[in-house]
Amino acid sequence: MIAHSGNMETYDYDVVKKFTIMSVVYGIVGFLLGVIIALELAFPELNGGISYISFGRLRPLHTSAVIFAFGGCVLFACSYYVVQRTCKARLFSDALSKFTFWGWNLVIVLAVITYPLGLTQGKEYAETIWPIDILITVVWVAYFINFVGTLAKRKEKHIYVANWFFLAFIITVAMLHIVNNLAIPVNLTDSYSIYPGVQDAMIQWWYGHNAVGFFLTAAFLGLMYYFVPKQAERPVYSYRLSIVHFWALAFLYIWAGPHHLHYTALPDWASTLGATFSIMLLLPSWGGMINGIMTLSGAWHKLRTDPILRFFIISLSFYGMSTFEGPMMSIKTVNALSHYTDWSIGHVHSGALGWVAMVSFGAIYHLVPKLWGTQTWSVRLINVHFWLATIGIVIYIVSMWISGIMQGLMWRAYDHYGNLTYSFAETVGAMHPYYVFRAVGGIIFLLGALLMAFNVAKTIGNKGEPSPLRTA
Amino acid sequence: MNHASIEKSIPLMAILTLLVVAIGGLVEIVPLFYLKSTIEKVEGMRPYTPLELKGRDIYIREGCYNCHSQMIRPFRDEDQRYGHYSLAAESMYDHPFQWGSKRTGPDLARVGGKYSSLWHQAHMRRPKDVAPESVMPSYPWLEKTELDFADVGKRMEALAKVGVPYSREQITHAANDLKTQAGLNGELQGLQQRYGKRVTIGEREPGNHPITELDALIGYLQMLGTLVDFSVPQPQAR
Repeated sequence: MIAHSGNMETYDYDVVKKFTIMSVVYGIVGFLLGVIIALELAFPELNGGISYISFGRLRPLHTSAVIFAFGGCVLFACSYYVVQRTCKARLFSDALSKFTFWGWNLVIVLAVITYPLGLTQGKEYAETIWPIDILITVVWVAYFINFVGTLAKRKEKHIYVANWFFLAFIITVAMLHIVNNLAIPVNLTDSYSIYPGVQDAMIQWWYGHNAVGFFLTAAFLGLMYYFVPKQAERPVYSYRLSIVHFWALAFLYIWAGPHHLHYTALPDWASTLGATFSIMLLLPSWGGMINGIMTLSGAWHKLRTDPILRFFIISLSFYGMSTFEGPMMSIKTVNALSHYTDWSIGHVHSGALGWVAMVSFGAIYHLVPKLWGTQTWSVRLINVHFWLATIGIVIYIVSMWISGIMQGLMWRAYDHYGNLTYSFAETVGAMHPYYVFRAVGGIIFLLGALLMAFNVAKTIGNKGEPSPLRTA
Repeated sequence: MNHASIEKSIPLMAILTLLVVAIGGLVEIVPLFYLKSTIEKVEGMRPYTPLELKGRDIYIREGCYNCHSQMIRPFRDEDQRYGHYSLAAESMYDHPFQWGSKRTGPDLARVGGKYSSLWHQAHMRRPKDVAPESVMPSYPWLEKTELDFADVGKRMEALAKVGVPYSREQITHAANDLKTQAGLNGELQGLQQRYGKRVTIGEREPGNHPITELDALIGYLQMLGTLVDFSVPQPQAR
């Protein structure tokens, strides 16, 4: 089954290919849903009084589609690719690989059906109803066995750093998912969380923030640790730094959840603890950013010619920016202003679009020609995508910064008589232009993703001359 | 032990990782279940009536929490805009909690009694009719859909399993209590005896039309934040 490294026949690329294609598909679906709900906020008549597409039902579909469908498929594809390449071993079990692919897609299809019908648990980023939660658990266990089984077959003594992050991601997400979703079913679709009010809130944000910490950060750092050195053709900048920031990140992240609950009915000690660890979290986060960016030492000139590398470097830059913004927003006095406003939405998107999506695009562009043994169809189009994505993100974030900070200030504004200056409705009215700008930013970002889909499809079928990039 | 020995062993790596990621959650979550100071003792909290419970399920179904918080922070402006800051006790029977994380619309923790039920009906039909700046979707289907409350007793039983103190009597009378609170015939006395004198009774137009989902949702909204009476000084938490 295993011959020698570099021989394409020995690795299971079939499952990687399938996940790669689905990640492109779900990326477009997720971004499109984002554009739709952004437009619904700018022009609320757009839902036409139809229950299935009203904001409250579509927004969970958008968040799940981008995090678990797009992000999830990228991670399955990349972790399956990276673990095989770095262990010089085929995936542990073809059956488990297939099961995780079809199982995960079934989860996504079920979510797409149930959310618009209003079937939800009512917990953010964990809206899937209990039977789907059980299916997720089963698929996740299969993923764990398949991943660890592959590690066990490795031909290298050491487990490569990317796989530490993937392993931590798989273990932690299992823990979070199971604990947060414990519920007593009423019937086949409805259930009630076993935790009441304040405890439920704490567990939800312990889950919610670490869905960010481990699904959208640790796992994508794993991706970064393989693809950035590979694309730059340079070794990882510092082995020591990777050890220190890996353990620090894993330990500190899990505490950060209660910063979502400042000034709420959660006891003050808990949210203060959350803020303290959130601020400390800046260090390991930037450790990862520095280790990634500095990997380009001696290869900076490649940024001039290689748009894939540009995707990686800008993703690390956005990662650094949003992991600075996050700790800042966890400070209570800042949070008093930013919480409940669009600033949070902007922050999430600088991480999700700027870091997660950008590093994913880079990985997809790197993977597709390698998986199919073809040449990138158009390097120029990759570059166009890069600029569309970057401009789209910047428009998005800036409009959310302005609307968020403005609304936060309007809520607390007092006139000379000591009365509140603005009614709530007036602050909503003031948001309108920024909601339009945000939708425009999203549309530009979506256009870039459509170009990627086109380029990927062309690349899969492209047996032509090597592009300048491929000859490097 | 140097790091090389960790990165050569899968069990060691996996177990250490699990330990490292478990600590934070254990320290922050577990004490909340036994520290008495977590939830202050207040007068007035009671489990939701059957109508309010059905309304809350609709609130969750429609994803209202995506745009509305139910958690007033202890700031001067929020106190003036929404009322007394929220207490942990006020969500002690909430499975799941609905504190929310975003105020695209206003906080609803104390929306109960702030507007008439007639206002709510008009607002849910087309929010712009009563608030021109609103970006809230219209919910025309709620008043057109008859409320299916055959399962309300079953729902209360499920909630009882997770610790909401519903009595046998409350569960047995669930359907009748729901009708009573919606303004249909029934014995008001029984409902008030089971849920307290201050239960809000739905305003109904004359005629024999069915109870709708909107009736239930409004029943829930009109209760929000009204259970604890803040005009009476509350004993402080320890």
